[in-house]
Amino acid sequence: MDGLWIPLALSLKVAAWATAIDVVLGVAVAWGLSRWRSSARELVDSILTLPLVLPPTVLGYYLLVLFGRRGVLGEWLDRIGIQLVFTWQGAVIASALVAFPLVQKAARTAFEAVDPQMESAARVLGLREMAVFFRVSLPLASRGIVAGALLAFARAMGEFGATLMIAGNLPGRTQTLSVAIYAAVQAGDDAGAGVMVAVTSVTCVAALLLAGWLAPKHAPRASA
Amino acid sequence: MSVDVAIRMTMGEGDRRFDLDVAFASSQRRIVLYGPSGAGKSLTLRAIAGLLTPDAGHVRIDGRTLFDERTNLPARDRGTGYVFQDYALFPHLTVAQNIGFGLSPGWINPSRRRRDSRVERWLALFELGQVAGHHPAQLSGGQRQRTALARALAAEPRIVLLDEPFSALDPALRGRMREELRELQGRLDLQLLVITHDPADVAALDGHTIEIRDGRVAA
Repeated sequence: MDGLWIPLALSLKVAAWATAIDVVLGVAVAWGLSRWRSSARELVDSILTLPLVLPPTVLGYYLLVLFGRRGVLGEWLDRIGIQLVFTWQGAVIASALVAFPLVQKAARTAFEAVDPQMESAARVLGLREMAVFFRVSLPLASRGIVAGALLAFARAMGEFGATLMIAGNLPGRTQTLSVAIYAAVQAGDDAGAGVMVAVTSVTCVAALLLAGWLAPKHAPRASA
Repeated sequence: MSVDVAIRMTMGEGDRRFDLDVAFASSQRRIVLYGPSGAGKSLTLRAIAGLLTPDAGHVRIDGRTLFDERTNLPARDRGTGYVFQDYALFPHLTVAQNIGFGLSPGWINPSRRRRDSRVERWLALFELGQVAGHHPAQLSGGQRQRTALARALAAEPRIVLLDEPFSALDPALRGRMREELRELQGRLDLQLLVITHDPADVAALDGHTIEIRDGRVAA
């Protein structure tokens, strides 16, 4: 069963880290965009949406250019002892990049749905902008953000192309479930691949069901 | 003059352009801005609270300048209480948390369980003790209005601005809430500035009434 559990545990770990990074960055960017009055706003939004439509191999290539041993950032990271190529941390970066727009878009929609009057009320009661964010905007947008995070988690679980390019296919180290399925099929292990496909599907369906239940028809609500 | 306001600003462009040029001063404790909707009353109130910035003019309350050519205090530092037309209660917080909201200015909302003694006092004064743990969606219209008023008053503002405070209530309740507000104003000696389009509010509040039409004070 190690053939299932090791890649499954790795996939869950990678997806969890990627989701955590995306929630922090996605919420910050979405909040900034939702109150940024500039014509460049939609351009920035389009660029941030690119990971959703670009082939994962293209994203993987960009990541190698950036983080590879001789990459722009890779050389600098290498000097302080951080390596992303052929490591599970590299897989986290790949998954986080691919899933980022899902959190960012959901969070932006949620922030824009918050009644501006609520934020005005908080300001009049003496709150600074950061306090307004943590005490009013964020709680009122939380359902939409959680729904976006679950979508991102499901997407990160299924990440394959960019992960393979930057993290490779090292069993036990960077071989996530989706990469392991590919390897199993290549090796003719149809039974092993079938089990892993079922586990991946069930995990993703569960995340999607939860996301659908949380958003968006249940907009920020009062009760409980 | 305890309340001295002059606000000039231009909103929109072309056909939708609206010029606001309102000036009034009063030392009365109950001031009523009266006029039809769209006359610029709400804009005036928002400018006093610091929720929008006029092009020119001044806002002085009890001799303290909140806005003029040199000063423009942010809304949080103005010491104005604001009761919004639809109350704008925080839907994710209980009645007690709403009332205590302005008492802790940090990054964390007041606790659901431990209550400030000041909050207890306002709950008792407005007879909201029974519903202290309820959320705004579970309240009646009158309870909502009292919560909004208690939330504004708990922060101990120098002036309370009320935007059409009775319009969201059903007619039967309106008369009672007018009396409540009038009585409370006298008991706590509150400085009120109420905007309304309803002559019945003007009569019930019996204060210094200033009529506003098309963005100007009517002669």
